[in-house]
Amino acid sequence: MKDMNMDIAPEKKSYIDLNVVQKKMSARILLNKIVNYLFLLSTLFGLIVLVILLYRVVADSIGWLNIDFLTNKLSTSPDRAGIVGAIIGTVWLMIIVGPVTMVLGIGTAIYLEEYAKKGRFHSFIQTNITNLAGVPSIVFGLLGLTIFVRVFGFGSSIIAGGLTMSLLVLPIVVVSAQEAIRSVPQFLREASYGMGATKWQTIKNVVLPSALPGVLTGMILALSRAIGETAPLVVIGIPALLIPIPGSLFDSFTVLPMQIYYWTIDSVLVDEYAHLAAATILVLLTVLFVMNSVAIIIRNKFQKRY
Amino acid sequence: MSKTVGVKDLIQKKDKLSKMKSGVEKSIPVFLFCLASISVLTTVGIVSTLVYETFLFFKDVSLIEFFTTTELKPLSPVEPKFSILPLLTGTVMTSLVAMLVAIPIGLTTAVFLSEYASPAVRKVLKPLIEVLAGIPTIVYGFFAFTFVTPLLREFIPALGATNALSPGIVMGIMIIPLVASLSEDAMNSVPNAMREGAMALGATKLEVTLRVVIPAAISGIIASFVLGISRAIGETMIVTIASGSSKNFTFDITQSMQTMTAYIVEVTSGDAASGTTAYYSLYAVAFTLFVFTLLMNMFARYISRKYREAY
Repeated sequence: MKDMNMDIAPEKKSYIDLNVVQKKMSARILLNKIVNYLFLLSTLFGLIVLVILLYRVVADSIGWLNIDFLTNKLSTSPDRAGIVGAIIGTVWLMIIVGPVTMVLGIGTAIYLEEYAKKGRFHSFIQTNITNLAGVPSIVFGLLGLTIFVRVFGFGSSIIAGGLTMSLLVLPIVVVSAQEAIRSVPQFLREASYGMGATKWQTIKNVVLPSALPGVLTGMILALSRAIGETAPLVVIGIPALLIPIPGSLFDSFTVLPMQIYYWTIDSVLVDEYAHLAAATILVLLTVLFVMNSVAIIIRNKFQKRY
Repeated sequence: MSKTVGVKDLIQKKDKLSKMKSGVEKSIPVFLFCLASISVLTTVGIVSTLVYETFLFFKDVSLIEFFTTTELKPLSPVEPKFSILPLLTGTVMTSLVAMLVAIPIGLTTAVFLSEYASPAVRKVLKPLIEVLAGIPTIVYGFFAFTFVTPLLREFIPALGATNALSPGIVMGIMIIPLVASLSEDAMNSVPNAMREGAMALGATKLEVTLRVVIPAAISGIIASFVLGISRAIGETMIVTIASGSSKNFTFDITQSMQTMTAYIVEVTSGDAASGTTAYYSLYAVAFTLFVFTLLMNMFARYISRKYREAY
């Protein structure tokens, strides 16, 4: 610092007292540095919790998660309890949610992006979808309870649960499909029209194929949301009983999160149930991890940039 | 001769085809419109069921009792009491705890990722934090009940086995990614020229963040808080498992408190017979919940649109 003072000719007094500046500056720089680490720490906080959570789940399920657990039926005795029923129930649920959301979601997205005139009606549907995405899942559960379970008389069956879940995740599919369709460049459509194709032919043969990776990614994310969602199914009334493995869409069923729920609240009564819950969580998280990885791979590998 | 017939056939065939085509072309938009209207029907379904059953509820219970008294005993055989206030305090207290966790951590995470972290660090940390958002809430419920509550009881012996504190904290952790990523988006949209201008005047990064970036991004940041609150209010499984079912009117977060969502779960799984007042109370509570979250979501969108500084 002194050297710098020397540089500025000593006889001509500088208007800026560099000593004062230096003093203030170093405090500000120090504060900035400290805050930098504090912010890093706070960013890591979430990750630390994540690690603890995963560690707890893995540690609790060691010795409980094995082939027998995956292939046995539900049982009140912790040693013999298994989740094959819940796994099959989850698959059944996906059999409904997958096709229903795919048709509804992609159809809605095509309509909004390709057919609907931008105007009041368009923005009405759009706002409606945004609002639906923010409705708490339990409210969807009540809708399902009232409409599908009571009015349609489906009872607490796979079809009632599946349709409720489909409506719940529909906004995810619609929004991601819309984004995918919007990112298809206009010149592809024009080239198709130039070849004499009609609008629907263009959509079917040009737009949808090139939007497919984005649409698929959204579908997978929606399904993984549906697999982990519990609240609507609790409301619909999946009983805590030992349910036989479902054989048709109208049978009652249970899914992995429901099993976690019942075992967690019953762990007050039987300690071992906490381990069963942890083992089920590990299965659920593994499934979700695989699904999300697939979604990321599809997005990175097949998404074309124009 | 045969050649002309061939051409005629071809023309006829083409006409037929193009007729079919135009039929398809005309019916497809109608079909797609029907699909798109399902989402509108869903909203209509939600609103109409909630309004209708809530109306039936208020035939039995007065609005004054519902919103001003403090006793909630829905299944009491003698004299059932219906007040939403105990549930409201439960919801408000758990959400308050959640936001006390989510707002500071989420905002500082956003600042770190958008202002301090190098691109390489950001590329690693951001997806990892998003993982928190992908974990099912039931897993957080398990975590709150079997890990966080016992841990907190080491420090606060008076803490109940179910309480509002532990699910509040866990809910806050769940909401961190939401607040962080929305705030970060808002900060990222602040143009670099503004940061550089402040830095050229000698400001440190912290000063740039506090005096330039955050004020410029404030609408998006506040929107992220509001959406976070709305998430916390609507969250069900964490509070159902870890916050218990006490319907006392209290503000003591170390004790069990029931939220609106947990009440809905309890009454539906408790098999309140269809047609009873307890059953209708479910819809009145759900309607309140629906209105709250809807208003907050709309408010969040409004401020982020209205007060966005466009550069």
